Amino acid sequence: MTPPAPAPYLAAMLGKDLLGIETLPPAAIEAILDRADAHAESRHGEALEGRTQINMFFENSTRTQASFEIAGKRLGAEVMNMEMRTSSVAKGETLIDTALTLNAMRPDLLVVRHPHSGAVDLLAQKVDCHVLNAGDGRHEHPTQALLDALTIRRAKGRLHRLTVAICGDIAHSRVARSNILLLGKMESRVRLIAPPTLIPPGVAELGVEVTDDMERGLEGADVVMMLRLQRERMDGGFIPSEREYFHRFGLDAAKLARAKPDAIVMHPGPMNRGVEIDGVIADDINRSVIQTQVEMGVAVRMAAMDMLVTGG
Amino acid sequence: MTVITFENARLIDPDAGTDAPGMLVVRGGVIVQVNGPRPATGERLDCGGLPLAPGIVDLGVKVGEPGERHKEGFRSAGRAAAAGGVTTIVTRPDTAPALDTPEALVFLRSRARDRCGVNVAPMAALTKGREGREMTEIGFLRDAGAVAFTDCDRVAEDTRVLSRALSYAGSLGALTVAHVQEPILSAGAAATSGAFATLRGLPGVSPMAERMGLERLIALAEMTGAPVHADQITCRAALPALRRAKGGGADLTAGTSIHHLCLNALDVGPWRTFFKVKPPLRPEEDRVAVVEALLDGTIDVLSSWHTPQDEESKRLPFEAAASGAVGLQTLLPAALRLHHEGLADLPALFRAMSLNPARRLGLAGGRLAEGAPADLTLFDPDAPWRLDRWTLLSKSKNTPFDGALLQGRVLGTWVGGARVWPEPERPA
Repeated sequence: MTPPAPAPYLAAMLGKDLLGIETLPPAAIEAILDRADAHAESRHGEALEGRTQINMFFENSTRTQASFEIAGKRLGAEVMNMEMRTSSVAKGETLIDTALTLNAMRPDLLVVRHPHSGAVDLLAQKVDCHVLNAGDGRHEHPTQALLDALTIRRAKGRLHRLTVAICGDIAHSRVARSNILLLGKMESRVRLIAPPTLIPPGVAELGVEVTDDMERGLEGADVVMMLRLQRERMDGGFIPSEREYFHRFGLDAAKLARAKPDAIVMHPGPMNRGVEIDGVIADDINRSVIQTQVEMGVAVRMAAMDMLVTGG
Repeated sequence: MTVITFENARLIDPDAGTDAPGMLVVRGGVIVQVNGPRPATGERLDCGGLPLAPGIVDLGVKVGEPGERHKEGFRSAGRAAAAGGVTTIVTRPDTAPALDTPEALVFLRSRARDRCGVNVAPMAALTKGREGREMTEIGFLRDAGAVAFTDCDRVAEDTRVLSRALSYAGSLGALTVAHVQEPILSAGAAATSGAFATLRGLPGVSPMAERMGLERLIALAEMTGAPVHADQITCRAALPALRRAKGGGADLTAGTSIHHLCLNALDVGPWRTFFKVKPPLRPEEDRVAVVEALLDGTIDVLSSWHTPQDEESKRLPFEAAASGAVGLQTLLPAALRLHHEGLADLPALFRAMSLNPARRLGLAGGRLAEGAPADLTLFDPDAPWRLDRWTLLSKSKNTPFDGALLQGRVLGTWVGGARVWPEPERPA
């Protein structure tokens, strides 16, 4: 296990913003998870008392936005949700102008989700408050990868030397990208399972194994991470049909039997039961950690915001 | 008639492939003598032993007239060109509205004549509105002075329309300049597909889309017999087809852009939108292959694909940002990188930048020969400098070379024997 980093180094490792896993060193990842573990137990803190957190969601997400809101409130922050789709953006204001306007109101933290890759990075360059990426295009979703890591660490006791199978629409998934980066940094082995139409080009160069044979891909896996398949990709465009997809890539008991007997099943939600995952498996309290992921989401977001704003 | 003698020069003659000390005499805007006895009268100009080359003929320059004068006008484009050693800009019709009528072309030529210090050779749209549905009045447009026909970066999906437009243009001997990307496969792409695009979360396009676009164009060129120029060849996958077609019956030439020659996909770094061009920057192996193809003559023309974009259209997330980069002032110094790396001699570079485009478009420039127009540029190939984009003369400052160390500076540019750079002081 990595020894805990002293606070000043930790602040330097984290930097002003949390934009992605790509720039995060393993020690910082461990530190965030350690802090999240503590928050998961206590549920209350005062770290952000008197601070202002603004959630800017340029793309709808009830779940993630709620998770960030609860996390901020549990730390004592004033949380404000901006409905970006009905605001000045709809009147033609550019992303940068919106950011500058909000920045002038002196918030401490902006939590941003945007449909374009790199948009949160662009915004972070223009403001002097802390920025947390809550998902940008198909680029990264760092807190999702961190909450997945925390869930795995709590279930398996470690993050290294695990075999993690990620299955589903990898091509359009920021969750998959952040998880690939994080698990690679923590020295676990990642297998991607999907039809070739849903595998992003060149992804094998990132140090993962790629297969379109789900049974082979699940062989001996410690963790099975299922991804959501967007409805608009189901009919003929990327896959032939929902039922053929479920037949080949849906997680059911028979396929799961290939994984280790104690393998856990994860899903970032929202699930399509009967498309990518059999409802029985999703509800199996011995295998599925899907509810734990949601719970850890709040803890990880508390930790990330707390450490960004207070500098460690 | 004014006589100017350029003495003590290094004459770069791309036609003969020579780079030798010499002198050159200009009278009435035309080169009248290369080497030989020195005339008794007229102005004398000591070139200090530096290279004097035929001015660059930049094929594919976007000037924002009509429609986007806030990005570039003929005056600013002309100044940027002169400062970059470009003596002819071959303008693109992707204006707003598209340049697709003879009336608009007459307007454009009058604007250009009044405001632009360098030669302007306009291209016109191949199809109305560049929509790929109906051909423009190719005959009238040609009579009004269009030197070539192109829909720029819009590619007709309907192959029948394209084949008819090509054969009609071909019957008039008019050149068609075509963007070679398979239109549906490349739609919406912001990067070349691969590990980098995946990591940055950008929608990518396979370089194969370029090969497909080129293969279709080659087949159409062979079918119609029309003269065709592929605008930008940027990847290795397209080269075998290009070599094969040029060895065969098609009347085909090809170009590339300075940005694809000097930069690769990784230069985009953290979504730097000044590096967003169309087609997107390619992996290093493609860049190297394109350099080789330019040097061995498979690719004929090197140009800047000067595309001015204002700050607002670039200060956006990468996918939403506009494509294109300015290049009139950086084409020569960036191309000189190949020279300084020992890959290309100066005549070879000017063959690609001046002679070949002039020849292909039927223009008189691009040569250092008696009877050729005195479109010249004098430059110091070794002068080092660092580019500050705010010093560019173009109205738009969207260059990917901001802060780059460049070697090679234009000292003088003459168009038809008249000095356009450094700019003559205006009478008070």
